[in-house]
Amino acid sequence: MLLDVGLFLHQSIRRNVWIAPAVAAAFLAAATGAASSFSGGTSSPLAAQQTPPAAAPAQPATTQTGSTAQDPATQARAGLNIVVLDPAHGGTDLGARGTGGIHESDIVLDFAAQVRTALESQGFQVVQTRQGNANPSFDDRSAMANAQRGAIFVTLHIASTGTAGTARVYVMSDMPTGTDATGLILWDRAQAPFASLSRKLGDQVQGLLAQRFKGSPANAQTASVRQLRTTAAPAIAVEISSVIVEDRAQLDHMAPGVADAIARGAAAFRPTYVVPANPGERP
Amino acid sequence: MMPRWRWWFLGALVLAVVIAAIYLPILRRNIRQAAKLQQRSEEQARRELTQPTVINPSDPRVKAKLFWASGADDGTVSAVTVELPLAKDPVLRAKQVLNTLLAGPVDTELRTLPPDAALLAFYLLPDGTAIADFSEAVATSIPSGIESEQMAVDSIAKTLEANVPQVRRLKILIHGQEVETLAGHLDLTQTFLVNANAMLGPQAATAPAATALTPAPAAVKLAEPARKP
Repeated sequence: MLLDVGLFLHQSIRRNVWIAPAVAAAFLAAATGAASSFSGGTSSPLAAQQTPPAAAPAQPATTQTGSTAQDPATQARAGLNIVVLDPAHGGTDLGARGTGGIHESDIVLDFAAQVRTALESQGFQVVQTRQGNANPSFDDRSAMANAQRGAIFVTLHIASTGTAGTARVYVMSDMPTGTDATGLILWDRAQAPFASLSRKLGDQVQGLLAQRFKGSPANAQTASVRQLRTTAAPAIAVEISSVIVEDRAQLDHMAPGVADAIARGAAAFRPTYVVPANPGERP
Repeated sequence: MMPRWRWWFLGALVLAVVIAAIYLPILRRNIRQAAKLQQRSEEQARRELTQPTVINPSDPRVKAKLFWASGADDGTVSAVTVELPLAKDPVLRAKQVLNTLLAGPVDTELRTLPPDAALLAFYLLPDGTAIADFSEAVATSIPSGIESEQMAVDSIAKTLEANVPQVRRLKILIHGQEVETLAGHLDLTQTFLVNANAMLGPQAATAPAATALTPAPAAVKLAEPARKP
């Protein structure tokens, strides 16, 4: 029991690191306000205290280490800060196979490495569903995202069709929401409450992909992607065309552009996502 | 000096090893062939039981809309009007249009389903749920990918929607079994809404066409992931 309490406190402190500088800033502001009122100033300490905590990290508050709270890592803690990155397939499931011995499962792993670097440079913490040649189940992959608070989910695919050099973003087709008697989101319909958020994220990323890769659609498309259905977070599938290229280098050249589009799209989406208080809750 | 019987014994052992070395690969090959033959004969028997529905020339000729790839390379399907003698019975009619769909368009590049795929069975439940059972080739021969798999399902669902108004939902089985995905991407555990506008009433008539293929939730409620054994 004590261990649980300790763990809870530890997690709370980890998740709410921004509280310390926020409280310090509010305290300082209150003190300054009080001093100002004594000196005839107009600023109100109460107003400073009522500043929403989420806004506090955006203020240039001094931290214990002397650095400012504006660095991306600190900002990220206030809301969306985790991206669960899913290189699809793996293990015996090779995914799409090209004539030149190109396997989807290999390429997406290489893409994932570049996407990860780009996301980390935007201040995101990245959780990968697989590092090597493993093949977690669809549910296991979704579970990694569903266990996080404030995460988005991006699954990477290489198609066997489509114009080479294009990229498409898919979001789950609309589905009715459902909850059980306790109000929990049903696993089979976990994506339903996040559909509109997924659409926003998908359109952000697709827009950036369309700028880089001519012939790509302007907006995200809908499809009944199995991996997305059980994911309780804003979730998109990014599919690159295609394994039917003569030289794998053609695909490899796309990786930096795809990584940049996903990272910038996620960063642009960040302010619009109000993170649920607990994992598994409705947005 | 070794006794003579040991020489005989060793000789017999060597002979047995030589015979086994020759015979075992032959035996293995025969077993494989027998297994293949059995598999083929099962598939054959199934196909014979579910012969493609022959189009009856006495049926009234109607303009059927069949959906194949649009050719724009954008993952969409478009309707091609074909005049066919179609039965009034919805099950027979559905089999006729799906078999024509599987036969493919004149331009084979616009195919959405593999040429070796077959419709094994088709059922229509009283609530409008259609169950289409395809041969394994639908899953194994289709190009793997979200776009290609979605196009395959779109072409089936939209063809049914355009020609068999009694169909409300579509469930796709592969060789009589429910499978998780078509070829690694598209969810086949759910049913797809067909003729959604007709089912939901006039309010839904203005809904975008994309919602017509929304997967409908399965009746099964799972608060946790179902683990495979």
